Amino acid sequence: MDSVAKRKRRTTAVFAGLFIVLFIFMILDLAQAFIPLTFEEAFWALLGRGTETHQIIIWKMNLPRVVMAILVGAGLGIAGAVMQAIFRNPMASPYILGLSSGASLGAAIGLTFAVTWLPQLLMVPLLAFAFCMATLFLVYYISNVGGKVPTETLLLAGIAVGSLLSALVSLLTYMAGEQMQGIVYWTMGNLTNANWENIMIVAPLIFAGSLIMVASSRDLNAMMLGDAHALDLGVEVKKVRLQLLIASALVTAAAVSFVGVIGFVGLVVPHILRILMGPDNRALLPASIVGGAAFLMMCDYLSRVIAPNIGILPIGIITALIGAPYFIYLLRRRRSEVGWD
Amino acid sequence: MLTVEGISFSYREKPVLQNVDLEVKKGEIIGILGPNGCGKTTLLKILNRNLKPQKGRVLMEGMDLEEMSKRKIARQIAVVPQSNEIRFAFTVRDIVSMGRMPFLGQFQGESGDDMRIVEEAMEKTSISEFADRPINTMSGGERQRVIIARALAQRPEVILLDEPTLHLDINHQFEVLDLVRRLSQEEGLTVVIVSHDLPMVVKYCHRMVLIHDHKVHALGTPQEVLTPENMRVVFNIDAVLEHDMVLNAPAVKIIGSCNRR
Repeated sequence: MDSVAKRKRRTTAVFAGLFIVLFIFMILDLAQAFIPLTFEEAFWALLGRGTETHQIIIWKMNLPRVVMAILVGAGLGIAGAVMQAIFRNPMASPYILGLSSGASLGAAIGLTFAVTWLPQLLMVPLLAFAFCMATLFLVYYISNVGGKVPTETLLLAGIAVGSLLSALVSLLTYMAGEQMQGIVYWTMGNLTNANWENIMIVAPLIFAGSLIMVASSRDLNAMMLGDAHALDLGVEVKKVRLQLLIASALVTAAAVSFVGVIGFVGLVVPHILRILMGPDNRALLPASIVGGAAFLMMCDYLSRVIAPNIGILPIGIITALIGAPYFIYLLRRRRSEVGWD
Repeated sequence: MLTVEGISFSYREKPVLQNVDLEVKKGEIIGILGPNGCGKTTLLKILNRNLKPQKGRVLMEGMDLEEMSKRKIARQIAVVPQSNEIRFAFTVRDIVSMGRMPFLGQFQGESGDDMRIVEEAMEKTSISEFADRPINTMSGGERQRVIIARALAQRPEVILLDEPTLHLDINHQFEVLDLVRRLSQEEGLTVVIVSHDLPMVVKYCHRMVLIHDHKVHALGTPQEVLTPENMRVVFNIDAVLEHDMVLNAPAVKIIGSCNRR
């Protein structure tokens, strides 16, 4: 039983590491303001000590952005881990499969065409969710060949559907005229406009979706061996899969609705964690929540300090600059894990 | 134990099984035989409700599988499927532990008892030494034994084996089937084996079902089923069932294909 204890220690160590990274970048990010704070000043201000200016900077100005980064990162992280398990494919993620594009088309429609009977604050996530679901089922339907989802078809279906949806978003952007600036900035991913009102909508959706996912983590383990295995072990495969797909779409849509398209979080984070702690979803899904939050927190910090003379970069650019090379590395170096050998 | 009543199954209008009846008795080892593509595996999948037949029903100790949850079925019937390609790096122990899933609540972890059952199942299939190795680095034969261990960890009353010897080296073929036979003798485990390996089925099965033309062609002891006539019609071979003096058991002697002349 020595090896079991060893794995437990390793899992604990990974979680501890993730929380430390999350904490450090959270404080560093909080300290970023027009008058920069030191790490200690930011930390104490967060605990309600220090000057009134510091407290206003932390609590009024920076905290909504940090909370939003944690929520969105957590949601994209766990959604990626779940999708990789459902599709039995370590390349699946909300971004690669075109879900983020689907959600952004929905959200862009919500932003462009205002209706009188529903406030835009609700209209945007609602449309994002509807389009996200539709995209998910479309990609799944296209890439499913006789009960199997080969990597090639999955990626191609995701890319094809994603390109189509992105083109439609561009079309809307072009037609939107004066609102164009906002949409363009938003398609690159942007946490700057996060406010408590948005958080109140995003948080419960991501909580609910993540809860459904974590609750199914053991069933998901069996499903990673194949549908027949899972059925033989007593899992109601169709029901569980549908629940999980809806939960993934919900979380992705909530994440995309107010901050735009932030790619690669759901690909990179679960993949690294799976290498570190193994594929057991009972540990991997909670770790992807913390890991996703930590990764996005780090990217947000980088987006603020990397090019001080340009200003704040859209965070989607940072995640792509880190994530895309990793994606290429996966294709080259870890072919067998990806399922191409 | 398991009663199959008037099962018909077709796949996209193409009939696979027609009006199949079968009674599997407690503690027996029964072989389902037939040429490739005759619907053997389909029948096996219907036996634990992995596939739903268009007509007929399957009863487990008098209870219709249709009315049982998947979990409840998995507590009594374990399956060892034919292909076991697994892409993710679960360890052998992880996989065998999944055999306890049907007994655990949604957030309940494996107890000490569960883990003891898991270790015992790994010992019985001689895979304890691999317990911490990732499954995706193992050979087909090793994987097969892992899945058999998982099925044993379910502590089932019935075990369904689909071509259990397909990927196994010859020594492991006998090891696995000897184990299955011991469990059926000692613990009353009921075993259903699908195979096209005639000699193997003859050696281990008490009774056998010959599937031909989507129907049960013959059912009974090896002597009753494997008549020269049946083997010619179903497998297109000239063969006789002899009494093997060394084994003191029936053994198939294959003379050759019917087309050889």
